[in-house]
Amino acid sequence: MPPTLVVFWVFAAAAIGSALLCITRRNTVASALWLVVTLFDMAALFVMLDAQFIAVLQVLVYAGAIMVLFLFVIMLLNLGPGTASDVKGPAGLAVATLLAAAFGIQLLALLRSGPPAAAAGDMARTVQSEGMVGAVARPLFTVYLVPFEITSVLLLAAIVGAVVLAKRQL
Amino acid sequence: MIALELLWLVPALPLAGAVVNGGLSLFGRRAGRGVVSAVGIGVLALAFALALAIVLELAHAHPGETIVVRYWSWIPVGTLQVDFALQLDSLAALMMLIVTGVSTLIHVYSAGYMHDDPGYARYFAELNLFVFFMLTLVLGASFPVMFVGWEGVGLCSYLLIGFWYNEKINADAGLKAFIVNRIGDFGFLVAMFLIFQHTGSLSFGDVFARASTAFTPGDRAITAITLFLFLGCTGKSAQIPLYVWLPDAMQGPTPVSALIHAATMVTAGVYLVARCSVLYALSPVGSLVVAGVGVATALFAATIGLKQWDIKKVLAYSTISQLGYMFLGVGSGAYVAGMFHLTTHAFFKALLFLGSGSVIHAMHGAYHATHSHEDAQDMRNMGGLAKYLPWTCGLMWIATLAIAGVPPFSGFFSKDAILAAAFARGASEPVWYLFWGIGLAAALCTAFYMTRLMLYTFHGPNRTGEPERANLREAPWIMTGPLVILGILSAAGGVLVLRLSTWLEPVTRAARALAPEHELSRHTEWTLAGIAVLVALAGMVGAWRLLDPARLVPARQSPPERGLGRLLWKKYYVDEIYQAVIVRPIVWFSREVLWHVVDEDVIDGIGVNGVARLSRAAGWIGSRLQNGELGFYVMLFVVGVVLVLGATVR
Amino acid sequence: MLLGPSLLVSAVLFTLGVAGVLIRRNAIVIFMCVELMLNAVNLTFVALAQTLGVGGQIFVLIVMAVAAAEAAVGLAIVLAIFRHRETVNLQNINLLKG
Repeated sequence: MPPTLVVFWVFAAAAIGSALLCITRRNTVASALWLVVTLFDMAALFVMLDAQFIAVLQVLVYAGAIMVLFLFVIMLLNLGPGTASDVKGPAGLAVATLLAAAFGIQLLALLRSGPPAAAAGDMARTVQSEGMVGAVARPLFTVYLVPFEITSVLLLAAIVGAVVLAKRQL
Repeated sequence: MIALELLWLVPALPLAGAVVNGGLSLFGRRAGRGVVSAVGIGVLALAFALALAIVLELAHAHPGETIVVRYWSWIPVGTLQVDFALQLDSLAALMMLIVTGVSTLIHVYSAGYMHDDPGYARYFAELNLFVFFMLTLVLGASFPVMFVGWEGVGLCSYLLIGFWYNEKINADAGLKAFIVNRIGDFGFLVAMFLIFQHTGSLSFGDVFARASTAFTPGDRAITAITLFLFLGCTGKSAQIPLYVWLPDAMQGPTPVSALIHAATMVTAGVYLVARCSVLYALSPVGSLVVAGVGVATALFAATIGLKQWDIKKVLAYSTISQLGYMFLGVGSGAYVAGMFHLTTHAFFKALLFLGSGSVIHAMHGAYHATHSHEDAQDMRNMGGLAKYLPWTCGLMWIATLAIAGVPPFSGFFSKDAILAAAFARGASEPVWYLFWGIGLAAALCTAFYMTRLMLYTFHGPNRTGEPERANLREAPWIMTGPLVILGILSAAGGVLVLRLSTWLEPVTRAARALAPEHELSRHTEWTLAGIAVLVALAGMVGAWRLLDPARLVPARQSPPERGLGRLLWKKYYVDEIYQAVIVRPIVWFSREVLWHVVDEDVIDGIGVNGVARLSRAAGWIGSRLQNGELGFYVMLFVVGVVLVLGATVR
Repeated sequence: MLLGPSLLVSAVLFTLGVAGVLIRRNAIVIFMCVELMLNAVNLTFVALAQTLGVGGQIFVLIVMAVAAAEAAVGLAIVLAIFRHRETVNLQNINLLKG
């Protein structure tokens, strides 16, 4: 097995493991922290998939900003160690496991059809020629300019909305 | 030319009379008896005069032809084309004259008989309506039009039998007549369907023209058709097994019994067989069944008549028996003989019924005057009435001689013709000899019971009672007048035998071509006639000698019958058997299965209530799904996704 | 070369996210599981972008921006509810019942 694949699987296993831990921990803060670990592992996977810029953004934005926001809110609400009724009872657990398993099996069946065959390394060449940032930035500000602008409007709406919703008195 | 154009007027006149009198019965409280009588009798007299004119014109201008007048298109559906059309040929003309003529006489009689009845206008309305339907029946040019008349006369029979509907026994009798007739009508309908299936048409002209090519003689289709048609006849014309309504129908007013249950409606079945002579000629089995059932009914009913005490019941069973003779006639292919007997029977049976009506009228009057509640119709309460009702007695003796078959009265000619035709067919199939023998036995019984009736009613000592006797008197002339006319016809009607077979020849020609008649030698004919006369006389003399009216006791004190007499008096318990074997299981089935199970449990329970319960259950499920918990909603969401993926991932 | 395994990992992570949403009752933890699902989808896009073009990575960028916006607004809502109901346990937030 080539070393790339070994490294990939190490990080993949770590991601899956920490995701599992995330969804099963009773302690809310523990869940959040395990999710951060998962995000880090996924950033490593991104690097290996020639998406270095995205990987850095993942760490900076996702793990650094969004998860911090989550932790702030958890602290703000002052939720104690997970109460007994935080995870569903055995009946709910059984149903949930069943459904998730069914879902997973279907997804895996979808995978059977296989990914589209194309020359690998397309992205790698673009990164080589334009640099890690340039590979993403150039299309972003030329071809995908409109979605970019709309996304900024969306962020504005989100900011206003968050402020309004969280106010004690309007 | 002019009279034939007015053919539609012949049925339309009594219909108009029915409408007018019907309106008067509902709204005209102050309209006197005079108006009702004038309208009711007037339209009939006009109809008869018009019918006479039309028939004369038919005879002179279109001898032997069939005139079909088409009025409007009634059922144009696909390949079926049924028009409302009237047909006039010699057979229909004969029936039309009988119906309008005898009806007029009976309407006149009714004006006297029903004079004191509060339902006078309603009576004449219903009677006129009956004549309208009967004329539609005989003049119809196709099976459906005839069926309209067929059903209509059944309806009017129901209305008139239950005329005094305030008494349950009268209403029950009307209901029985209607229901039993419906069973026969089912046969008529099935036959119509089969006829259409095989010949593609329902009008008489087309069906009879195509019959010889559409059917092979003696095969199952034509036999089925003739048998189903005959089922209708057993209902309408009171043969075995559907005759049971006719004795009960005596609950109605006596003129109704005379008109509907003697002269006209019950003869509709004989007319049907005669009309469909072509079909019956193509089916030997059908004809055999018709004749066999007819002659069996003739003897069966005659034996019952031997032991009945109610004067109208004797006449009712006599009618059933004589109808059996008519079916023997048309069944043996002697359509002329059958129709001849139909005509003469109309005369003398109407006379007998109307005469008995006069007797009952007198008895009622006598009992009314003394406030007695004895049965005015029971012969055991009568006796020696010849002294008080001489005209009625004499006229009824004429009718008795006619029905017994004593020459030169009309009944002899017609009955003899039928028996001779049956005997003639015996040459090719011996079973017809048996029919002839049974017919002869029935003739013996007929003579016997009719003489018995006359003996017990008019002769011997009077059993009505001293105080009543002073009040017995002859009926008024409005009632006795028609009796006289009928008496003349009964006596002299035999002369028709000379003209009838030529008159009906165009109608019977087709049937005779398919199944040729058998001829008897002159010598055989005279011998048979002689035997018939001997039998009739033997019956009458035997009754005169064997029965002793002096030994009778008024009804209230009479001892019950024993043994064979009891069996006959109880009419072989046929009604009781039908009740136990047919009626009770059907009623039980209707109540227990159709009502409780099908209607209440299935339709109400599953259908109506079940749908409601289903809605409620669906609503309950829906409300349980809306429990407001987000986690539950998310789970449903995922379930949906799993299902959609499941549908696509294959 | 890494495409197949990447897609597999992505599928597993997504399933774990779904399982988390179904199992937990805490609103915030459910939110985090939704973020996990979004990340799994990001992994799919990036893996396919390797061969199909940079559009996949652009999409990931935008997904991250939307996720951020969504997290902000969503957590604001959770805060508002907590102020009224003193709980973030979904079982007790059932005003939509009926």
